[in-house]
Order: sequence, then C-alpha cells, then structure tokens
Amino acid sequence: MSSPWSRTATRRMFCLLAAGGLALTAAACGDGDTAAQSGGKVKITVTGQPPTSQPFERSVFDADVKEFEASHPNIQIEPHEGFMDPKTFSAKLAGGQLEDVYYVYFTDPAQIIARHQAADITEAAKSVPHVNDIKPELLDNFRDANGKLYGLPTMNYTMGLLYSRPLFQKAGLDPDKPPQTWDEVREAAKKISALGNGVVGYADYSKNNQGGWHLTGWLYSMGGDVARKDGDKWVADFANEKGKQALQYLHDMRWTDNSMGAKQLLEAQDVQRMMGAGQLGMYMAAPDNVPVLVKQFNGKYEDYGIAGMPGGQGTLLGGEGYMINPKASPEKVKAGLEWIQWKYLNPDRFEKHIQQYVDGKQPVGLPAEPTPDVWTGSVREQQLALKAKYANVPAKNFQSYVDTTSRIKGSIEPPNAQQIYAALDSVMQAVLTDQSANIDQQLSSASSKVNSVLAQVK
Amino acid sequence: MSSPRSSSLLAWPATSSSRARRPAASQEERRRTALKRKIKENLTAYGLLCAALVVFALFSWYPIVRGVLLSFQQVDFVNAPTWVGFDNFTKLFEDPLFGVAWRNTLLFTGLALVFGFAVPFLTAVLLNELRHAKAFFRLAVYLPVMLPPVVTALMWKWFYDPGPGLFNSALGAVGLPGGQWLDSSSTAMLSLVFVSTWANMGSTTLIYLAALGTIPGELYEAAELDGAGLWKRLRHVTFPQTRFVLLVLLLLQVVATMQVFTEPYVMTGGGPDDSTVTVLLLLYRYAFVYNDFGSASAMSLLLFVALGVFSAWYVRLTRKADQS
Repeated sequence: MSSPWSRTATRRMFCLLAAGGLALTAAACGDGDTAAQSGGKVKITVTGQPPTSQPFERSVFDADVKEFEASHPNIQIEPHEGFMDPKTFSAKLAGGQLEDVYYVYFTDPAQIIARHQAADITEAAKSVPHVNDIKPELLDNFRDANGKLYGLPTMNYTMGLLYSRPLFQKAGLDPDKPPQTWDEVREAAKKISALGNGVVGYADYSKNNQGGWHLTGWLYSMGGDVARKDGDKWVADFANEKGKQALQYLHDMRWTDNSMGAKQLLEAQDVQRMMGAGQLGMYMAAPDNVPVLVKQFNGKYEDYGIAGMPGGQGTLLGGEGYMINPKASPEKVKAGLEWIQWKYLNPDRFEKHIQQYVDGKQPVGLPAEPTPDVWTGSVREQQLALKAKYANVPAKNFQSYVDTTSRIKGSIEPPNAQQIYAALDSVMQAVLTDQSANIDQQLSSASSKVNSVLAQVK
Repeated sequence: MSSPRSSSLLAWPATSSSRARRPAASQEERRRTALKRKIKENLTAYGLLCAALVVFALFSWYPIVRGVLLSFQQVDFVNAPTWVGFDNFTKLFEDPLFGVAWRNTLLFTGLALVFGFAVPFLTAVLLNELRHAKAFFRLAVYLPVMLPPVVTALMWKWFYDPGPGLFNSALGAVGLPGGQWLDSSSTAMLSLVFVSTWANMGSTTLIYLAALGTIPGELYEAAELDGAGLWKRLRHVTFPQTRFVLLVLLLLQVVATMQVFTEPYVMTGGGPDDSTVTVLLLLYRYAFVYNDFGSASAMSLLLFVALGVFSAWYVRLTRKADQS
C-alpha cells in the first residue's frame, strides 16, 4: 500500500472526526444538569454580575454571593457577568447556555412569556417572603393573560425631568423650583438655550427605539396612552389630540423656539454626554441617570436635580427583574427564587445593603439604588426611613420628583414594547428633523404600524 | 459455459462483435485497476478533502439550509419548531417598513454604483497616469480601507454633525450655511453613500489599477501614434481591455451594497423618518430586537433569492455579450 496510513488508521480517523462532531453537538445541547446537582448541592447559574469596569458594584455582588452560599449551604451560585443582551438571548437559549436565573428589562417579559421562554413560578413564588409587599403593577408585568407569574421585579424607575442646576442658575431660573408643566419646560428651555455657546435647553431621544420609549413618556404625562385593550385585542391609542399635543410641543421647541439644538437622532449616551459636559439644561430621565453623569463625567451630585414628570397626569414606569430558565428543574427554580429574594427583595438586608454603599462612598438618598422603589406599604416606609437616615447626597434636589411620583399615575410599558418603540421612533424623528412634518399623517401612519405589531400580542 | 443460457448469451452477438468485445473488456478492467490505484495513492488527500467538506458542511452550508428551514418555521428555542408555511413572508409583506426598506436599499445601491463605480475607476486611471510618487498616492487612496467600518462611521458622524461638525464648521468659516446631512430625510441616504464610497474605494481602485497594469503598453503607444487623445485611449484601449474586471466588480458591488448595514446602523439607526432603513437593518431588528428569527430568516431568504436572480441574469447577460 502506497498510502502512509493503513486502512484501519483511516477508519479510525473518520471515527474520531465523527465522534468529535457528536461530542461538540452534545456539549452544545447539554445543560449540565447531572453535574449541577452532584453532592446534594443545587448549582444555579445567574446573570447580573456587574463587569469588572464597575469595581464597587462587582465587589458588592461577589460578597453577596459568598454570604448567600454561607447561609444557604445547599445552593451553589455560579455568577455570570452581564445583564440582558437581546442579541445573544435566543442563541444562548437554543444552545442550552441560558442561565438558570436571568435578567430582563420590563420591556421584554410579555414576549418572553408568549414564546414560553420562562418557567412558570406561580406556585413556587407563593412561598417567597414579602412577595405581597411588591407593587402589584410591577408584578403584573411578569404575568400572562391568565394571571400566571413568570418572574419577579427587582428594580423600577419612574420617569421624571432631570435638570442641570448650574445652567438653571445661569439662565436666571430657580433650581429649587423646577418646571411642573410642559409650558414651563418650554419657557425654561428657551431661557437656557439663550445662554448661547452651543447650550441646548431641552433634548430628547429619537433613535434605536429610545425615541418611541420617550414619546410614550410624553403621552403618559399628558394623560394619553400608547395602546389600550379593546375587548380581547390591543389597539394603538395615540393618533388623537393627546398624541398631537405631545408632538406639537416637541415640534415647537425644536423649530419655533430653537431650544432643542440642531443635532437630532440622539440616544441616551449622546444626551448624557451633553448633560455631563454642561451643555444641556433638561431631559426626560429616571434618577439612575444621576450616578452615571457623576461617575462618567466627574460631576457633582449637587449639580443635578430631578423634577417629577411635567404635565402631572401620568408617568412611565420601567425597570428590571429576573426570570427563570424554562428548562430548569424544580429544585433549581426553588433555589433561583431563594437567590432573587435574598439578594434583591430582602427588607431584612436593607440596612446592610445601604451600609455597603455608605462604606464604598456611593450615593445614598437618590430615589434609585441601593434600595429600589419596588415596595408598597410598611416595607416602603421602612426603606424610605433608612435611606433618609444614611443619605449622603442632597436629597432635597430630588424632593419634587419623590413628591410627584407618589401622587401621579404610573403606567408600565405597552406589550411588545420594543416593536412599538421602533415604530414610534420615526414619528419623533419626523417632528425633530422636518420642520414641515405633517403630525396627523405621522400619527396615522405610526398607528397602523403599531396596530400590526399589537395584532401579534397573544 | 455449460448452461444453455450463458452459451446462448455468448452466442447471440455476431462473431465479429464478440471479437471486438474482448479487448474492450480488458481495457475497462485496466481502467478500473488504474482508478483503484489512484484512489489508494491519494487516500490522504481524500481524507483531508473530507475534513474540509465536513467543516464547510457544518459552518457554511448547514447554516444556509437551517436559515431556509427557519423562514418557514416559528421558533422559541424551547419547544420544537412549528411549521407555519408562508406566514413569516405574509407578516413581512404586511409590515409597512418592508417596502420602505427595499426602496431604500435599491436607492443606496443605485447611488453607491454611480459613485462607487465611477470614482474608483477615474482615480485608478489618474493614478496610472502618474509619473512620480505613485506609491505614496496608492497608499493614500488605500488608507481608508484600513480603518474599521465602525470607526469610519463614527468619524463621519462627527463630520456630519449639524452643530460643531467638521463640514458645517468649514462651511461656516467661509460664510456658507451648514447642511442637515444625516438629520434630514432628503440628504441622509446620500450622506451614507458618501461614507460607504470613501471607505471602500481604496480596494476597488487597487483592483482597477491591477487591471490597468495588465494592458500592454504597446497598445497605448500605437494609439498615441495614431493621434489618439486621452478620451480616445480610454474608449478604445482602456475600457475594452478592462471590460472583464469592470463587469465582475459591478456584480460584486451590487451584491455588497445591497447588504449595507454598518453605516445606517451606526450613523442613523434607520432615521430620520425611516429614510435609511435598509433590508439588512430591518432584518437585524426582526432577529435581535423583536426576537422573531422566522421572519428574519424569511427576509434573508428573499434577499438571497433577489441577489441570486440578479447574479444569474447578470452572468447570462455578460456571457451573451462575450459571445457577440
């Protein structure tokens, strides 16, 4: 035989190749359940570990994992870095790599539930301590049409108006009396942009679904809506006077007052950069934006204030929570719920958690982290009292926001939110980039797009 | 040969033909032995070829087949996929953005061809005519290709910034009014085409230059002796001699520009007012924003078919042109 390999060797090579291929496939499909429960311990993988670029948050998370494992010797936690990445979510699920406990934004549970991509925790959650102290509207975000529960909210925000106190002062406005109506916002924006040197009075998003998200905020603030239930079906509900009014404000601020700057197609990072550089007076935001501005742009907490949503007729509620892998075993579901409750929904650890922030010289007293406002009743009172006790940022700068949010109606995001926001982006873009945009036509065209999205809601 | 059947079989052909068959059979036998020997000698090569085929099948062909299957399925990656027939396609056709995306893509492709085809060719002709500093200018033209596409997009985003951007600052410095560039639905697409042309013209120019380099110098000399000027030389020597490269590049450019994604994704997000939503951007939204992989695959299948039909038509057309 002239071949360097014997026939047996060749056969072996093909067998190896085939076996390698099979092994690869098996590795990709297996969820490692057998290994996960060896030695009587339940091992669960969880997302939400902050990246190493956020050393404080990372150290708190890692310390919490250790403490949890010590107090729950039957559970082992394998933390995975990162939060929700819609680009890899399905691939991870398909490849058996999705974590047992995974992070979601409030915009996603409806779709995830409709696609059966989360475990039903209705029964298991009944034994979770303090689950009844969570705001019911936040829990509803994780329920299907039959009332079954598929996740727990762990953080929420309420939209308000973030403003620059130094620019207010420079423009002759009182930073302790922020605007309460959209008319007042418009007037303040005019005065701020009159400062010149590229300073913009008010900015808003119009790109990557964020325009639609903020337009929803505008609509809620005026007592309007994006979608409503009509019998069993959802229909678009913004091609009306409320929608027109919201867009007319934006149009007039952009083109008549010239208080929104020439550059549009903005998204969160652009606007935060403008605010951090002291070039922006106001934008619609939640309090969690303040630490971002301070940390990324070396700012001071004293320089920022948050007012309640202008208009005062409603505001947008958003946030995040955790859901459980539908392929997880009942033991893992139970362990996952224990972890979520202990780490994120634990009134017994409020004080310790706040202390971690105080020791790490992190902000306490903002209407956001370290203890998010997901609570109602006595637990909420307990949390507010502790925050006030340890506050290290000027809480009075955020008082208007706290007062307003407890008074006005908060509405959660519409079903299939991301698709609706994508459709509404173009309306925001039209109004902000085309002086002669036909608002009625824009609303009616977006309404038909949103109706086709809502027709898919199960 | 005792059996009557075999003897009759042998007896059936005429004697002359049976004489002719005998050497033919042995020839076939020889051929078979030679083939066997060849296979044995090249066993290693076949083994390696099989490995390559396996890799291709796994990583190139399987995803294509899977994509085609996906476009007729609804998947949640938890339960088994369900067949939905043409539902995904129907959904796409009902999406008001679907037509807009195709229109925008065709507009981008058309504009990109006008600029992306003509500009590099003219640049190559000019570079070819240069007598000095050839290497420097070649490098200068190729330089943008070395920038990562996202960096290019972000850089041009700043150029186009209607506030303190480079273009408007320059226009302002000479007393001219600034443009809205990316912020106006009438100029956004054209602005993206400029970026794409700028970023990709280096490679195309080099290919043209290489093609121009293969044209025998005598042809130009002869043309010059006949009194041909620059235009006549271009028309009668350069174009006919580079025709094949021009045709291939046209096809490649259409296929590439129909798949435009980075520029609209990074620079406009599809705006303003959906004026830069392209097929691939909408496909991306279906897959990674709406998590609807069935419809995304259906969309990619449509693009695949459209480009396939175009390529086949184009190849046929060029073959006809060659024959004539």
